[in-house]
Amino acid sequence: MPRPGFVLEVDGSTPPILFHHGEGFRLEKLPAGRSRVVYPGEPLEPIDDVDQAIEDALLHPLDTDPLPALLRPDMKLTICFDDVSLPLPPMKRPDIRQRVIEAVLDMAAAAGVDDVHLIAALALHRRMTESELRQAVGDRVYDAFEPKGLLYNHDAEDPDNLSFLGTTDKGEEVEINKRAAESDLIVYVNINLVAMDGGHKSTATGLASYRSLRHHHNVNVMRHSRSFMDRHSSELHHSNWRMGEVIRNAGVKIFQIETTLNNDTFGQDGPMSVLAKREWEWSTRDRAAFVGLQQGVKLLKPAARRKAFQTWRAPYGLTSVTAGAVDPVHERTLERCFEQHLVSVEGQTDILTMGLPYICPYNVNSIMNPILVMCLGLGYFFNMYRGKPLVREGGVLIMTHPTPWEFHPVHHPSYIDFFEQVLAETTDPLEMEQRYEKQFAEDEWYRHLYRTSYAYHGVHPFYMWYWGSHALEHLGRVIIVGGDPKAVRRLGFKPASTMADAFEMASDVVGAAPTITHLHNPPIVMADVT
Amino acid sequence: MIAEALAGRRIAVTGSTGFLGTALVERLLRVVPDCELVLLVRPGRRRTVAQRAKREIFANDCFDRMRSDVATNGNGAKPFDDIVERRVQVIAGDVGTDGLGLDEADAAVLASCDIVIHSAATVSFDSPLDGAVEVNLLGPTRIAQTLTALGVRPHLVAVSTCYVAGSRRGSAPEIRVEDSPFWNDVDWRQEVTSARRLKADAEAESRRPEHLADFMKEARRELGAAGTPLLAEKTEQRRTAWVKDQLVAAGRARATSLGWPDAYAMTKALGERALGETRGDIPVSIVRPAIIESALAEPVPGWIRGFRMAEPVIISYARGLLKEFPGVPEGTVDVIPVDLVVGAICAVAARGPVNEDGSPDVTQVASGSANPLKYERLVELCQDWFKVHPLYDNKGQPIAAGEWGYTSRGGVERQLRRAVDLLSRADRAVHSLPLRGAQARWSSQLEERREMAERALTYVELYGAYSACEAIYGVDHLLELHDALDADDRRDFALDPRVIDWTRYVDEIHLPSVVKQARVRTDGSKGATEDRSTRLRRQVLSPSRHMAAFDLENTLIASNVVTSYAWLASRRLAPEDKVRLSLGLVREAPRLLALDRVDRSDFLRYFYRRYEGAPVDQIREDSVELMSDLILTKSFPAAIRRVREHRALGHRTVLITGALDFVVEPLRPLFDDIVCASMATENGRYTGMMHDAPPTGESRASALFEYAEAEDLDLREAVAYADSASDLPMLEVVGFPVAVNPETRLAAIARKRGWLVEEWQKASGGAASLLPLAGHRGPTRERP
Repeated sequence: MPRPGFVLEVDGSTPPILFHHGEGFRLEKLPAGRSRVVYPGEPLEPIDDVDQAIEDALLHPLDTDPLPALLRPDMKLTICFDDVSLPLPPMKRPDIRQRVIEAVLDMAAAAGVDDVHLIAALALHRRMTESELRQAVGDRVYDAFEPKGLLYNHDAEDPDNLSFLGTTDKGEEVEINKRAAESDLIVYVNINLVAMDGGHKSTATGLASYRSLRHHHNVNVMRHSRSFMDRHSSELHHSNWRMGEVIRNAGVKIFQIETTLNNDTFGQDGPMSVLAKREWEWSTRDRAAFVGLQQGVKLLKPAARRKAFQTWRAPYGLTSVTAGAVDPVHERTLERCFEQHLVSVEGQTDILTMGLPYICPYNVNSIMNPILVMCLGLGYFFNMYRGKPLVREGGVLIMTHPTPWEFHPVHHPSYIDFFEQVLAETTDPLEMEQRYEKQFAEDEWYRHLYRTSYAYHGVHPFYMWYWGSHALEHLGRVIIVGGDPKAVRRLGFKPASTMADAFEMASDVVGAAPTITHLHNPPIVMADVT
Repeated sequence: MIAEALAGRRIAVTGSTGFLGTALVERLLRVVPDCELVLLVRPGRRRTVAQRAKREIFANDCFDRMRSDVATNGNGAKPFDDIVERRVQVIAGDVGTDGLGLDEADAAVLASCDIVIHSAATVSFDSPLDGAVEVNLLGPTRIAQTLTALGVRPHLVAVSTCYVAGSRRGSAPEIRVEDSPFWNDVDWRQEVTSARRLKADAEAESRRPEHLADFMKEARRELGAAGTPLLAEKTEQRRTAWVKDQLVAAGRARATSLGWPDAYAMTKALGERALGETRGDIPVSIVRPAIIESALAEPVPGWIRGFRMAEPVIISYARGLLKEFPGVPEGTVDVIPVDLVVGAICAVAARGPVNEDGSPDVTQVASGSANPLKYERLVELCQDWFKVHPLYDNKGQPIAAGEWGYTSRGGVERQLRRAVDLLSRADRAVHSLPLRGAQARWSSQLEERREMAERALTYVELYGAYSACEAIYGVDHLLELHDALDADDRRDFALDPRVIDWTRYVDEIHLPSVVKQARVRTDGSKGATEDRSTRLRRQVLSPSRHMAAFDLENTLIASNVVTSYAWLASRRLAPEDKVRLSLGLVREAPRLLALDRVDRSDFLRYFYRRYEGAPVDQIREDSVELMSDLILTKSFPAAIRRVREHRALGHRTVLITGALDFVVEPLRPLFDDIVCASMATENGRYTGMMHDAPPTGESRASALFEYAEAEDLDLREAVAYADSASDLPMLEVVGFPVAVNPETRLAAIARKRGWLVEEWQKASGGAASLLPLAGHRGPTRERP
């Protein structure tokens, strides 16, 4: 029986706590008597027979007919799937998307459906490369569909391939992929790694254009999404749900298949397994493994280190697969997500600490640039709460990450210019939204790179910054420990060389003996703060 | 009194674009409101005399005082310009030409003058003999003869120099050169003939094949494969420079042989003698200043024009480049502020000729006898001043100049020559390495240091010659002039060297002015170089530019035609074949490099043959991936940003490259136009033959030229970015060249010409692969 997540009160006997630090790790001693650590739950028991579970889901969907009943020979079927940003890190093959898609394709073949397209629902993310597509859908599907041009990346900038479906009662325009919109059935294959994913966001965001996305990917919406991990308190999701309604009213039929994974990110044995264990339970072997890992990492050059980490494939177990109508499916999915991630925490804290790992949704097989560091910390990790933020308003956030001044020239070209031009001028999300967003969003060169190369859309770095806008508004100070001071300052944060220095710097804001909470993430943990 | 005496007079001035001349014009305009000025100005190569006068005389900060005076008093739109318009006439003439090169109208203007002040001279102490002879020796004579020919007899005030007395000790009174007991009565006409002959000989000598071969070699060493026209131009520059060096050496040798410190003093002395002989009826006064330095009070304390003789030496000491001072501590350094010289000239002009027969009278303007400044004192003052106001090095650290010693001139020269030798050797070694970017800049710093040391050496050689002139120049006539002045004149035309408080002059006036003129770092903040780049960048990104042309390789991306080829050729190969391909290229590399060094377009033609038989469709398809996998990975994000900045400003952006069209096709959205190489096709396959000569070297310049012509764009308003000396032709045809990560040669050239240099780097963190091969195997299937 896996143990649930819990909150540890730090006392004199608590060993140093593990902090992720990019492609490396730190052990930090937290002050006794006023610190606590929020630990994730151990991996839930996975489903043994995945194929059977998938078949059950497809044959017994929620609030809709079984999938075979929806298929007929002369129909247009479009299978959409989550892109390379999920799951994190990527999972061991076979990927769950591949298994679901294969099952769907088997049923389609049995029903004699000829006209099938497969679309990576990547919105304004970069296009997936061949090997990434193969990882997601498997070689069999790839080789059968890609050469015929039937498996491809969604292109949010292809005016000929977008359909305008209408406007929500709040004036939000809904424009999604034309092939999907004109299909008789969309089968959406999702991975709900965290509670933010899935639901109507799958289609309304994943298949949308900038015209549509800008209605919920903006500062105002993000500041009113508290948090965006809690769908019922998230303006981001409210907007997506309104759009989902427009899509439904436009006659677009969606058969939603959602999956959830357990917390088995680093494996039960092997080199990374120690990262999922609680420090006071580390065996001698674990300690040796950790020292070996840390030293080994130090020996590698940065590029080699990055490559080594990026090749890690997580042995996740499947905890649920649910199919049917979007709303009931997503509610069940959220339950499973929270079951794995949610930990009750009592009261807020003065200082929130977090160790940022090497990966976030936008640097798979890529580089975690400073803007992504901001987004991962102030966007994703900060929003890992339900109720109220872990840290009080005006409190301090301390993150550990090397934050190198490095960018992937192919994946993140507009990030480079955003960092050099926009952040040099302002770190205020509202100001940059007004002054610069349009210029980047409509830039021909970025558009060209998004469409033909492997670049994130020109506007994407802005979205990264907006993702952190709730945190920026809430926090009194942000400190990055061990980061490149120049890059950290450009982000508008304070660089500290050690955790002790960071606590010292934080005392200006929160006084001499502040309470401290460490979010021990990853594996994923989400705080239910009361 | 002086003002009244000169009121209503017409005064001609030669040499008004010079240091002394400018100050003279300013004083006359400002303090003698009723005189008119006729300025004899040599026509420039590009500018008319009126333009030259406006730019080189009246735009000088010398006139700032007057400009603000009249601006507050007057009520016209541009009162100063009006005054200049009303009172100044500029005529085209050259004292280096017989008859002064005047046309009839200008000759009449000159003939109408009451006074002619001749201050034109080649003052540079290392001027070539022929130039010095034409201007310094024959100049005064030509003026006198022209005036005689015009049938007029104005008072001619000729400015000479105290150093006509030659290198000797003892007193040098204000007497005519030929009256001195030390006068060596050489025939000045013979000196003129010989100097012209030497010039002709040197010209002939320089054209001998072995010399020409050397010049060509030097040109190639400096510019590399810059293309024939530019190399020819540089070779010719080398030749003329060589001729000049020969004549400089000849001048110095002849002067020393006759007991003068240099050709300047010698030709000035012979010029005085010649004027005495040839003046006809023209009444002549000679004014001999010593070393003219920054102004004591007029128009403002510290005013100076140009980098003069003593400054480079002082700055070299302050920079710690020199440790010892040539000369003896007890020696006198005869410095005289420029405003005192101007006062003396005006006083002489107002007084008129002294001798009834008009034969030359002499007035010396010097401080050595009346108010001497000893070397020891000057050095002390400088040392103390730089202790309080140190110069800073380019890392923002103050330079401790240390104690300065004295040594013989030879000692300093040896010290400097050693430094120069060492630095030149290092410089040559660095130049022969294939460096670019930061390393190339480092080499250009080395070169800069070498040049600085060389310059200091030259100045020590020359200045040292003067430190050996221990003569004390008498100023009895000058003091008589002073005694005759009334109170107003003593204020407006001060000429008495006894009023100079040397401590105050050096500390508060001269050194601050020298440091300011030298544009050296005087604090630890980001220095002048930083500011200059920012300024140049602003010019480059000004909305008034029309066009920006970019080279591709090493300007936008750290890649080249070989890597693109290797990538494309290997994309669909099995691993073992990839290895074979790369080994082949590596084996061939030395030959390819050598070919490229000799002629870029031959290299491209040769290299592109290997595309023969490549399927067009497949190459075009693969090029899209090439873009992401190779080109963008190796791109300089700042360069791409710059292209986009130009576009946003409405400039036409053009890529001009020898790369093939399919390689650069994915870059098309970045540019308005692309000029590149393209290959013929046959039956859907490339033939390996080029359509036209690939745009490289000088053909790149002409491609740019034709493009601008066709699009009706002005190349003077264009910006060009390139990385190597072989791109010089393209860089030279535009108004705003930018060197990007320049290799050594271009770095040196860019620095010398003051071009903007950009150091652009690949995105740190971009994948680094050792061999430019396609990473994973590409598709082998056909699309429907």
